Amino acid sequence: MTLGYLIYKLILVIIVFAVTLLIAMYSTYAERKVAGFLQDRLGPNRAGPFGILQPVADAVKLFMKEEMIPSVSNKTLFIIAPGLSLLTACMTGVVIPWGTSLNLFGENYSLQVTDLNIGILYLFGVVSIGVYGIMIGGWASNNKYSLLGAVRASSQMISYEVAMGLSIIALIITTGTLSVGQIAAQQSGWHWNILVQPLGALIFIVCAFAETNRAPFDLPECEQELVGGYHTEYSSMKMGFYLFAEYINMFISSAVISTFYFGGYNMPFIGRFIQSPNLLAICGVVFLFAKIFFGIFFFMWVRWTIPRFRYDQLMNLGWKMLIPLSILNLVLTCTWMMRHEIFNALFK
Amino acid sequence: MITTYLFYFLSFLAIMFALMVVLSKNPVHSVLYLVLAFFTIAGHYVLLNAQFLAAVHVIVYAGAIMVLFLFVIMLLNLNKETEPHKSVWLKASAAVASGLLLVVLVGSLKGAETIVQVNAFNPNIGLIENLGQTLFHDFLLPFEVSSILLLAAMVGAVMLGKRSIK
Repeated sequence: MTLGYLIYKLILVIIVFAVTLLIAMYSTYAERKVAGFLQDRLGPNRAGPFGILQPVADAVKLFMKEEMIPSVSNKTLFIIAPGLSLLTACMTGVVIPWGTSLNLFGENYSLQVTDLNIGILYLFGVVSIGVYGIMIGGWASNNKYSLLGAVRASSQMISYEVAMGLSIIALIITTGTLSVGQIAAQQSGWHWNILVQPLGALIFIVCAFAETNRAPFDLPECEQELVGGYHTEYSSMKMGFYLFAEYINMFISSAVISTFYFGGYNMPFIGRFIQSPNLLAICGVVFLFAKIFFGIFFFMWVRWTIPRFRYDQLMNLGWKMLIPLSILNLVLTCTWMMRHEIFNALFK
Repeated sequence: MITTYLFYFLSFLAIMFALMVVLSKNPVHSVLYLVLAFFTIAGHYVLLNAQFLAAVHVIVYAGAIMVLFLFVIMLLNLNKETEPHKSVWLKASAAVASGLLLVVLVGSLKGAETIVQVNAFNPNIGLIENLGQTLFHDFLLPFEVSSILLLAAMVGAVMLGKRSIK
């Protein structure tokens, strides 16, 4: 625990934080550009060349807007809630391995902030805490529509957490570790987990859509037809915080999906072309971000392609389709892992 | 050294939040303080090198059970008008009863001997490998029986939730 070590970790945390915010910021721009592309129009193109200053303009607009706090609402909780949403969204970045490790001046610098031996559980814990930002916000608004929106959102998130947890358990059984860094390291070459756990990966991705409140699961924040959602009473940058938290969640979910199922920073055959370990580490970061950007594009692609579920359809999908499927996946995985013992017990 | 300070800091926070659970007027605030108290207890688990327990504590208590509590309390929308008024006699008898309980507790603790450690404390017992060995190898039967208890509770809840049984 030298001072240099602490400074290096601090710098890494700041970089991860800054990159997270930057990508979330440009996801808002990318979302509208992708929407424009899919609907055969141009998208934002006024602020700066190709409209790349649009996120800055949006931020300025949100900051300048009039701030309104409902007079009878619980003021402290009303202000805390959006911050809580943003906080839990930012907290997950620390356990994701952004690359292997850089060797600089004879010292090894890992590109993962911390490799907890319970990394997956940490991720899951933070995701389950994320509900509070929404629930507190909806309740503190002192508005029946907000409260109903909050209840709708949190029951959706709790329902899909169950299937998500069961699909993660199957992944843990095949990898044999709870550390995210080791899961990424195990998938070198073509040993991607999606080839081992195709059903689990599918369930996880569907649940990730529901957890981030993205279409087709965006009932928590739909526009007119259900009177907004938990953020009906929010305005100005507090509203911006909620929306921003959604984009950060989307980025982190893409990173988690890439790390768990699509090889993380690994790319097949890259070892044949590049020998230097430092260059390989940097290539790993580039590959991971390429996978993440494709993931974010996939999130947007789905949003502008598939219409929203009805609420009963959403609950039926969660409880009657995904949970039984993930239990089936779990049973199949366990059977496969124990195949020698079962074979020995039955035929010998 | 730093862990000692952390222990006192976390203990102070835990007791303060626990008091706030009881003292705050609004039930929603009570629930939120209880969530904070759970977080400080998870911090104590981390200090004991039981990271798995800490994570599961946060996931199960803060992430699942307290969310359901919050759900119910928010939907009931309890406030001062709907709170049933309790008579002075009830309050007085509650104070006397809990005071007696305090006397009994203090008396029994005063006479108790200090605990003699039989097994040496294993600082790695909370790590997931050792915990798994303990639960699924040494205490497999009690562990599985307790899962039947949970299943029975779940079936009971579903039965109670049904409007009419055909």
